[in-house]
Amino acid sequence: MRHNQFAVMGLVALLFLSGCGYNKLQGLDEEVKAAWSEVQNQYQRRADLIPNLVAVVKGAAKFEQETLTQVIEARSKATSVKLDAAALSNPEMFKRFEEAQRGLSSALSRLLVTIERYPDLKANQNYRDLQAQLEGTENRITVARKRYIDSVAEYNKGIRFFPTNLTARYLLGLQVRETFSADESAAKPPEVKF
Amino acid sequence: MILARAVLPRPYPLPLGEGQREGRTSILSRASISLGTLLFILIHATLANALEVPPLKGRVNDYAALLPSARAQVLEQRLEQFESQTGHQIAVLTIPSLQGDALESFSIRVAENWKIGKKKFDNGAILLIAQNDRKLRIEVGYGLEGVLPDAIANRIIQEIVVPRFRANDFTGGVEAGVEAIMKVTSGEPLPRRSPSQPQIPDLGLILTLSIIAAFITFSIGITRSTSTRAALSGGAVAAGMSVTGLWRYGLWLPIISLLVGAAMGAMGNIFATRAFGRPWNVRGSRPERWARDAMYGAAEFGGGGGDSGGGGGSGGGDFGGGGGGFGGGGASGGW
Repeated sequence: MRHNQFAVMGLVALLFLSGCGYNKLQGLDEEVKAAWSEVQNQYQRRADLIPNLVAVVKGAAKFEQETLTQVIEARSKATSVKLDAAALSNPEMFKRFEEAQRGLSSALSRLLVTIERYPDLKANQNYRDLQAQLEGTENRITVARKRYIDSVAEYNKGIRFFPTNLTARYLLGLQVRETFSADESAAKPPEVKF
Repeated sequence: MILARAVLPRPYPLPLGEGQREGRTSILSRASISLGTLLFILIHATLANALEVPPLKGRVNDYAALLPSARAQVLEQRLEQFESQTGHQIAVLTIPSLQGDALESFSIRVAENWKIGKKKFDNGAILLIAQNDRKLRIEVGYGLEGVLPDAIANRIIQEIVVPRFRANDFTGGVEAGVEAIMKVTSGEPLPRRSPSQPQIPDLGLILTLSIIAAFITFSIGITRSTSTRAALSGGAVAAGMSVTGLWRYGLWLPIISLLVGAAMGAMGNIFATRAFGRPWNVRGSRPERWARDAMYGAAEFGGGGGDSGGGGGSGGGDFGGGGGGFGGGGASGGW
């Protein structure tokens, strides 16, 4: 009886003091989710800006219908590919999300380069404000992506290293998460000179 | 560790008569010095491509020496006055060159490092000027993005600062830019929006306090006559200690503390009973006083720790960032 008590209490003390990474893993998991929701927020913010941009450009640059259509199509594709935080461990879905957003990035930068040919539009205050907002959003996306990459690196370490990998696998059922590929050209804001 | 050992000089020579050991340690320390140097070089080589964030000296950090010192002083005071009126923190940084680094990535690192603005309000803004690159940026904290959106930041840069910079009036450009930022943000009282950052408890703090509480309740348990009493007093002390964290972590904290404290108290008591044959409660004996002193000492420490982690903010003289968060908002420009 006495010995049993001792064994139980020893076990409790061991769990209590040594820590199996349970809390740490939960914290890392939350950080990844928060970082991901910020990434999604910023991509959404960009998607929300595009209708305004299209409206401003449409009136001034009548000859760029094709470039505009490409942007609109890329936008609808990007907004249709949703990636929930729960699906971050799925490489295929992550790749699809990233490709859709990259498609929108390149369509947008093509449009912005085209607009360089329209001095009237470039001088338009509405357009300049929109352009500043777009650049700011691209920069926020870069920041959000970097923070997501950092948080996933920290989280994946916890998932792979001993002994927290045991807690992750058998207690919490957490899996390694996907992160953005190193192709930074897609994340760079479109370069537009005045 | 190795670095610290290599850098710190040995305070005293080794005592006489230990020549042999001295010889051995000097070889060892020489080895650790070279190892430390190697590490130092390696670390710097990997960080070399990113420009280092200069230390925050005050509100005006004129590393490029663009402003005459008297005008910089006036601007510093103006910004200090602005902060006392509105609570917003604005800082200026001028650097000679970005040294090949990208403006935006350097700027966000400055923001993350300096943490201008108050914690939870994130009401900070930084005006950054890279002289030789002819680039500038206004970096806006989360809390000011509403009043100082990217489009407005862009207008301040393009319409107010850049024309003056083009006319080589750097002082006027910086002053007018800062004045515009203040004008735009002054209408805004302390913003209510809190950052979209994860609200997870401060795990390190909780763990430290838990371990302290465990030791205290364990030692209380040792001094009680029965394990029930030990559990009661252990639980009471742990719950009492956790009260300071109540406002932050909710009701579950004292409840868990109570249970864990009771368990640790009982364990301490059983441990003492097993080890000494009886609880260690000799009245007025040295061990008990020691345990009590240790308990009060640690409890005071724990109480102080429980309150930490609140808002930062800057006091009078010395200026420091208050923990404001940035997410890449703002605008960039060039002249």
